[in-house]
This record gives sequence, structure tokens and C-alpha cells, in this order.
Amino acid sequence: MELLLASAIGVLTAAGIYLVLRLRTFPVIIGTSLLTYAVNVFLFASGRLVVNEPPILRDTATSYTDPLPQALVLTAIVISFGMTAVVVMVALAAYLSSEDDHVNDQPAGLAAAENDAKGKAGP
Amino acid sequence: MTHWITIPVILPAMLATFIVLVLRHQLPLQRVFSLAGTVLLVIAAAFLFARAAAGDIALYQLGHWAAPFGIVLVADRLATLFVLLTAVLALFVLLYAIGSGWDARGRHFHALFQFQIMGVMGAFLTGDAFNLFVFFEVLLIASYGLMIHSGGARRFRVGVQYVVFNLLGSTLFLFALGTLYAEMGTLNMADLAERIGALPAERTAGIRVASVLLIMVFALKAAILPLHFWLPAAYATAPAPVAALFAIMTKVGAYSIIRFYTLVFPPDLPVTAGLFGTWLLPAALVTVALGMIGVLAARELGRLVAYAVIGSMGMLMASLAVFTPAGISAALYYAIHSTLATAALFLLVDIVRERRGKPGVGLSESPPIAGGALVAGMFFAAAIAMTGLPPLSGFLGKLMILEATLSDPRAWWVWAVILASSLVAVVGFARAGSAVFWKCHAAPSDSDTVVNSEEARGAHERHQPPGRRPALPAVAVGGLLAMLVALTVGAGPVQRHLAATTAQLFDPAPYIATVLETPGRQIPGKEDKTAAKPGASTYSEEAH
Repeated sequence: MELLLASAIGVLTAAGIYLVLRLRTFPVIIGTSLLTYAVNVFLFASGRLVVNEPPILRDTATSYTDPLPQALVLTAIVISFGMTAVVVMVALAAYLSSEDDHVNDQPAGLAAAENDAKGKAGP
Repeated sequence: MTHWITIPVILPAMLATFIVLVLRHQLPLQRVFSLAGTVLLVIAAAFLFARAAAGDIALYQLGHWAAPFGIVLVADRLATLFVLLTAVLALFVLLYAIGSGWDARGRHFHALFQFQIMGVMGAFLTGDAFNLFVFFEVLLIASYGLMIHSGGARRFRVGVQYVVFNLLGSTLFLFALGTLYAEMGTLNMADLAERIGALPAERTAGIRVASVLLIMVFALKAAILPLHFWLPAAYATAPAPVAALFAIMTKVGAYSIIRFYTLVFPPDLPVTAGLFGTWLLPAALVTVALGMIGVLAARELGRLVAYAVIGSMGMLMASLAVFTPAGISAALYYAIHSTLATAALFLLVDIVRERRGKPGVGLSESPPIAGGALVAGMFFAAAIAMTGLPPLSGFLGKLMILEATLSDPRAWWVWAVILASSLVAVVGFARAGSAVFWKCHAAPSDSDTVVNSEEARGAHERHQPPGRRPALPAVAVGGLLAMLVALTVGAGPVQRHLAATTAQLFDPAPYIATVLETPGRQIPGKEDKTAAKPGASTYSEEAH
């Protein structure tokens, strides 16, 4: 299970970073979402991996899973959800106002040339 | 009495929701409430400041839960210093926003403004690492809204970059906190400090990773060199009052570094030894150099000031990275100074932009601007402060930094970079000032330019009808400059207070004792265990 969890975090992070390094807003947003999933799973694991135990500490309980990371993950999920919504809205506004969804600053001529090249390559 | 600590957080939060829900369509009332709230905030912050200056560390337990389990707010000298600075800055920035009409150019300016203040205040006051993350997010999400206030294609595009960059920073912050929690089993800063101190040397690998991740996150907020890319475009494109308010945001990063690396990872801790000398100091020096090169290369005033911010953050970090009491108090003085100076400069850039009309703030020739003498005089004063020429506080701040770094073995490097970059900054600002204010009479008066200036006047009149040029923006900038003068004249008392602040930082035992030993509600059925706690040994047994 440790291997599964660790590789899940690793793969999510790697995919997220790869997508963030793309230059169009859509892959970048998907990349940040993947990164937040990775960090949520990571936070979840920071309270040790325990299976089938209650997240409640009682005097009668012989073992329990740490409830605090679950609270932290819940906060992190809510925040990342809100942030993703904000970035989608801002990216949409940027795209609709300039007809260009590049994340980086591009010299005007370069963007036009690239669009021309795409137009020729396309069907 | 302890409830006073929550006022800087609660007041803007309540006010923002009230403005959004009740006053959504009444701009004049929004202005009245927002301004009244900010004035109250200054009073509350001054009260907290005065109380902390006497040396008490005030604690507020949320829901009255005792510290390692409950969340706490802590008001010590460092926190209240920044709280007061934020409140004063917010007051002047708000005056400017109202006077210049920026708050009418989009919706919800005042609500977002108050939420932003709430986040900044919370970040300064919290005593819990995860709570720090939450307040960072509050201030960031409000800043996203403010950044794209009043819209425009350019602003949206820069907004996307800004949001994505900060999302990545937040993700990194969460990874750091996860690592910290996995290693230590707590996120309360005082509790972390106690447990890390008691950690056996062979089990520090995770903590080392966490400390480096944390410093990266804070360096991103503070715009230190490899992580500064978000700043110039964001600050130069944001609406002027927002850019001026953002002057405190880089200081939140600096504050977090000071807080974490004096309390949680104290300077004599072997785990993080060398982090500052080896990494932060060179990075800070390169940041200073880059900022000043940017000042020299900028082709418009907004970017010029944005690069000056990067340079000043590098200067602050260079002083911090020496990590002596003298270095930190010099850094604190410079932080106060640079916050006020950058805010004044951003507001001045906006006044110039408004009055020049079409030519904007490019460093080009243009017809003379209305009221040029006053604006030019204020720009001159602010530029003197920013570049660190005598007689204003920038000079004193730089002097303190140079004096503090003298004992460091790398003092040669620090001195060379700071002095050379100051010269470059003076050249950069002098060039900009002469292009914008001095050469304006030399503008050619052929028909083409006349048409341009007519158009410019047309565009300009849409915002402000002639004869109704409000005095409030100039008052706001003048107020910030007056604060700089006060900081210069009162340098002696200010420095004594900062020395006391630093002394408190370098002796964290009272802070830790206040946080952990103040009685509060315990988890039911656990009283016997927690009552017997004071040793750190029971903690580590519990954690693992």
C-alpha cells in the first residue's frame, strides 16, 4: 500500500509539473489541479497509513487513525477548489478579451506567426 | 481584554461581508464604512502595538482550547509592528483609491480590499503554521480579485500568470506543511519549536526538507531571485492602489521567514545551519543587482518601481540573511521604510498616468502635466527615499544594513553590491524623473502631437472633469511621504523599539511558554495526561 500511495503521489506530481510547463492555459490549469490532488493525498498520508480504524481518540480505543490530517485535507480541498474556480474565470476572461490563451508574454509578431503556421498545418 | 487581538482579523472580515451583502450598490456608503473601518483598525493596531511594546506577549485561544490542540493568535512585538504598518498603509491607500475614483471602476473594490487586509493581519498574528497557510490563501484570493479590478485584456493576462504562480506556491506550502506534520506531529509554531529542539540528530532528514521547502515558499512571496518572475508584470499592471497595497505582501514573506527561522528553526539549530549564509545571502545579493538593472532598463515608470521593489526586497533579505540581532533590526527598519516608499511611488506613478493621458507612463517626452511641480516634487522625495540618498529614511536603513553586515565574513560582497546598486538606482530614477518631468517642455508641437494631446485630454476627462481634480490623492501620497519623514526624524526611538523586538525574537522561551502554558480547555478525558506534560518527551511518544 505504501508503494501504491507513494507512486500515486509521484505520478500525479510529475504529470502536474509537466502540464504546468505547457504554455496554454488549459493544460496549465489541469496541471495545477493534478498538483493539488497530489498534495491532498500527501497530506492525507502525513498522519501515517492506517486501514480500517476510527479517526477518533478514545480511552477505550486500542488504535486509531490521526484525525488532524483529514481536517487539513478538507481545508486544502476547499481552498484548492475555490482557487481553481478563480483561475478558470480569470483565464476565460483573458482568453475572451485577447483571443489568445498563452500563459507567457509573447511578442505580438510571434503569436501571429504561430497562428499562421497552425492555420497552414491544419486541414 | 485578550479579545483585542482578534480585532484586526474580525473587523475587516465583518466589514467586507457587510459591504458585499448590504451595501452592494451604494458606493458612497461603501466608502464611508470602509474608511471608518480602516480608521478603527489603525486605532486597534496602535493599541495592540502599545501593549506589545511594553513587552507582554498577548495570546488568544480560539474557542478557548489550549495551545497544541487549539489554534492561537499571538501578538508579540514583531507581529504588532507589522499589523500597525499594514493598518497605516491601508488607510492611505484607501484614501487614494477613494480620491482617485479607482474604487468606482469595477465592482466590489472595498469588500476585496477589506478581505485582503484580513488575510494580511491574520498572517501576522497567527501562531499556527497551517493557519498561516489559510490566511495566505485568504490574502491571495482577495488579491486575485483586486489584481484584475476594472479589467482589461492586459490585466487579465498578467492576472492568469499571477494566479498560476501563486497556486504553485500554495501547493509547495502544503507539501512543506505535510512534511512538517509527518515528522513532528504538530503544526503549532511554539510546539514545533520545542519538539524540533528535542529531535535526535539522526532523525532530521524530513525536517531539513521541510525547512528548505518553507524557505522556498516564503522566498516566492518575498520575490527573491529565482522566484521573482511574478512580481514586475503583476505590480506594474495592477491598479495603482492595489499595487500600493501589495507593497505589504512581499513583507508577509519576509515576516514569515523571520518568524519561522527565529522561532521554529532558531539560528543555533544544527539542522538548518548554513541555509541562510550559503543560499539566502547570495540569492539576496543577486536579487539586489537584478532589481537595480531592471530599474535602469525599464521603459515605463510602473515597471521601474516594480523592479525597485525587487531590489529593496533583496536588500532586506541580505540584511536578514546575516541573521544577527543587528541584521534583523536593520531589516525591520528597511521593511517599514520600503513599504511606505514603494506605496508612495506606485500612487505617484498613477497620478502621472492620469494627468499625462495618452502617453501613459512611458519614459518618453510629452506635453507638461497639470500640477507638475507638486507631482514632480513628491516623486523626487519618494525617489530619494527609495534609492537611499540622504536625508530620508532609505539612507538610514541602508546605513543600518551596511553596519549590521560589517561583522560578516562576506561583508565585502554585501558592501560592494549594495553600494554599486545604489548608484545604479540613482541613475535609473534620475533618468526616469528627467524624462517624465523635466523634458516635457521640449515636446515637439507639430500637428500630430496636438491631435494626440487633444485625444488624451478627451480620454482624461472621462475620468475626471476639469476643475474637479480632487486633492485627496495628493493628500494620500503626502501622508505616506510624511510617514517616511517621521520614520527618519524618529529613527532613534524606532530603532530602540526594533532592537527590543529583535531581542524578543532571539529569546523565544517566553513566547513558547506563553503559548503552551496558558491554561485553556483540554480534550475531555485527557486532563491527567496533558497536566503532566511540560517535558518534550511525552510529545514525541505521542507523535510516533
